Amino acid sequence: MNAAIQSEGVPSARAQARYRPGFLLAALLCLPALVPLLVILSALVPLLVILSALVPLLVILSALVTPEVEVWSHLSRHVLPHVLVNTAALLAGVAILAGVLGTTLAWLTALCDFPGRRWLEWALVLPLAIPAYVLAFVAIGFLDYAGPLQSWLRATFGSSYWVPAIRSRGGVILILSLALYPYVYLLARSAFLTQGRHVLEAAQILGYGRMRAAWRVALPMARPWIAAGLALVCMETLADFGAVSIFNYDTFTTAIYRAWFGMFSVHAALELGAILLLFVLGALMLDRRSRGGMRFASARDLGQTSRRLKLSGATGWVAAVYASLVTALAFALPVLQLLWWTLKRAASDLDSRYWGFVANTVMLAASAAVVIVGASLALAYLLRRPHGRALDALVRLATLGYAVPGTVLAVGIIVPLVSLNNLLQKGLHAWLGPDSPSILLQGTLLGVLLAYMARFLAVGFNPVESGLQRITQSLDEAGIGMGVTGHALVRRVHMPLLRTSLLSAAILVFVDVMKEMPITLITRPFGWDTLAVRIFEMTAIGEWERAALPAVAIVLVGLIPAAMLTRGGGHVA
Amino acid sequence: MSASVHGVVPRWIGLSIRLGVCLSICLGLLSACGRTSSDLVVYSARNEQLIKPIFDRYTAQTGRTIKLITDDAGPLIERLAAEGANSPADLLLTVDAGVLWHAAERGLLRPIDSPILNANIPEHLRDPENRWFALSVRARTIVYSTERVQPQDLDTYESLTDEKWRGRLCLRSSKSVYNQSLVAMLIAQHGEEKTEQIVRGWVANLATPEFANDTLLMEAIIAGQCDVGIVNTYYYGRLQADRPELPLKLFWPDQQGAGVHVNVSGAGVTAHAPRADQARALLEWLSRQEAQTMIGAMDKEYPASPAVAPDPMVASWGTFRESPLNVAHAGELQPAAVRLMDRARYR
Repeated sequence: MNAAIQSEGVPSARAQARYRPGFLLAALLCLPALVPLLVILSALVPLLVILSALVPLLVILSALVTPEVEVWSHLSRHVLPHVLVNTAALLAGVAILAGVLGTTLAWLTALCDFPGRRWLEWALVLPLAIPAYVLAFVAIGFLDYAGPLQSWLRATFGSSYWVPAIRSRGGVILILSLALYPYVYLLARSAFLTQGRHVLEAAQILGYGRMRAAWRVALPMARPWIAAGLALVCMETLADFGAVSIFNYDTFTTAIYRAWFGMFSVHAALELGAILLLFVLGALMLDRRSRGGMRFASARDLGQTSRRLKLSGATGWVAAVYASLVTALAFALPVLQLLWWTLKRAASDLDSRYWGFVANTVMLAASAAVVIVGASLALAYLLRRPHGRALDALVRLATLGYAVPGTVLAVGIIVPLVSLNNLLQKGLHAWLGPDSPSILLQGTLLGVLLAYMARFLAVGFNPVESGLQRITQSLDEAGIGMGVTGHALVRRVHMPLLRTSLLSAAILVFVDVMKEMPITLITRPFGWDTLAVRIFEMTAIGEWERAALPAVAIVLVGLIPAAMLTRGGGHVA
Repeated sequence: MSASVHGVVPRWIGLSIRLGVCLSICLGLLSACGRTSSDLVVYSARNEQLIKPIFDRYTAQTGRTIKLITDDAGPLIERLAAEGANSPADLLLTVDAGVLWHAAERGLLRPIDSPILNANIPEHLRDPENRWFALSVRARTIVYSTERVQPQDLDTYESLTDEKWRGRLCLRSSKSVYNQSLVAMLIAQHGEEKTEQIVRGWVANLATPEFANDTLLMEAIIAGQCDVGIVNTYYYGRLQADRPELPLKLFWPDQQGAGVHVNVSGAGVTAHAPRADQARALLEWLSRQEAQTMIGAMDKEYPASPAVAPDPMVASWGTFRESPLNVAHAGELQPAAVRLMDRARYR
């Protein structure tokens, strides 16, 4: 496996022969016409990318300028204090728990060997396919007072009052951490794998003990990845509505919904959203600053010479039990419960339309993954060349859509999209007269993809950027010194090094889009129902058990990319 | 060394081309979708499986096809408002009177002067200016454990604040629009001050934190975590359909006073409906016997038309006197109700 990856970096004579003459000739002939076009296009594409992500955020931020006094004084007195404490506690709890779970598990599966590791390193990715709201309703259905566990305890021991309440702050933190730790796990694992056990060995040769080598060298070197994963976890936690409302745990998101649906004040809702955004922006700035002066490099793993750390005896079994326990709680048990519910209902609910739902889901998720990862790559490269602070800030801002509650962002998207549509319609009217066909931008795939871009740019961008960060200038220089320049440098040096990051990014986007609900609901074309839309239809009327079938389908479809990820990106073993 | 920088530029060619291709495919799809059609377009906050079968029947009878977009009411209303005169929507369908009131306030619905609708839908179940009409009635009432509660101990919604229910009451979250409209109706009845006392009294009697939905609440009563609660009747109906021997019963509160609180699911023709006449015809059809029976049977709700008998299971729960207050008040007073519940720390 290692040898194969290695060889990708080495130019093959045949490939050169195939590409060079034709490409050179064409480039030479088209150059005069292409260059101005290219300059314009290259300026336009990132601008479009950024704009499409920025517009909804601007709509939300503009709400700050004109506050509604009455609603606002109520919110600041009776809602904000409670909600701020709750949100901060949830965020801190989930960041710590998901961070610890993700990093330690990534460490164990990437650098060590223990019984069952080959299975577990794959299985630990799987919870990614389970939406947090699904995990939440399964957990409450199973663990609450009326659920089977406590009922059994009461039947057997006469009481279950000593069981800690699942519908509590601790419960939400636990469930969200179990649902979200894979983001950290995936990215941290990709860091540990690419930086290689080499680094550890080098540190040990230099006299560091095993623990100290890990603590002082490997972990700090993986920091951009862990931070990128944690940023995703935090943003997802802030934006989560489904899981927290199943727990009836009040956060910024639920306050936003309440202002909107309960008090009919979209304005107050957008204001709360804007405050939330400012918080996130501040946090991201802090993280950037603290990482500001650091540089990160990666070393290729030479496999043959370095070995996994063999955890033998009790240590090995502890590692195995730990990893299995997380897999069981975050994936196996919930899926079993879902399957059980599905079996009860499948006969009446499963029909031929399901293939359509699956096809729609995959199609949307796949196109979003391609578009978003492409855009992320472009942006990451733009940030690599010398640039001003403005560009930096712009890109940073464009990734914030991930922290905004879906429904609020959906409104931020639908309003400009519809305005654009109305403008186009006006132009068409002026051009073709009153009989001109009516256009409906908001109900097309273009609209959906633009909206996904606004929401999920962070998911694609974070992994790609951290990946690119570790390809140092000196590596480029070495390549250039060996005569590998331009396109070839990107293709032969960067791409092989970026492969894991790109794949992680694509799969994260794919899975996230698959689980996404509010934006799909508001922007989808007529009849374009997806699996997540089915879950919405069932849960909206409180039919949790019937939501199990589409949930299981999402998990099954999500298994495919999860499997791809571990096979394509990981097995450097 | 900026050679690596130049190396990046060629990527833009490929990327731009790919983006361009994507864009043009999408634009092609766009123009295909954009053709004006004669299909009625319905924005529905009522669930697909609770409305599509009824629309299918309509299509079978009249040959007119219906396009359906489902979502929560909030985003649908924002979308409708943004689309303005270009909106493809003809009919807005919701499951709560409050949002209908809100949509009408924002000028998104048009008045329909229809003798058929006026005859079929009682006055307190439609907009005073005829911009929306109820299609079904959803009663929010008290549910109790038949094992631990005697019905004569129960009386009104406000009697649940009584000392004897300390630690025995279960409530659904105040985020539920049904609770918001219940409290709004209590405000209409008792005024804000008294209502706040009632809500505080409920919160003081809670056995466990508020639930996310009515089904979980009833299961908690069955399991013995609490003894009484407030639910919409159709959730009880669903549970009963699964388990006929349910140890739960419905109680109709305030029969000597204001009556049982009801909310409605209903619909209105949009202000800029491209096919307003067809939309009106559909709305009238929905208020007639056949559709009303289907609506009532499908989700165990009460038909809005008093001439139509409810489903046999629903009828078995007994008859009750419902609050004669116009349901539009629920929308009007909902913001006040939400603020009141915030003050009372009803989560």
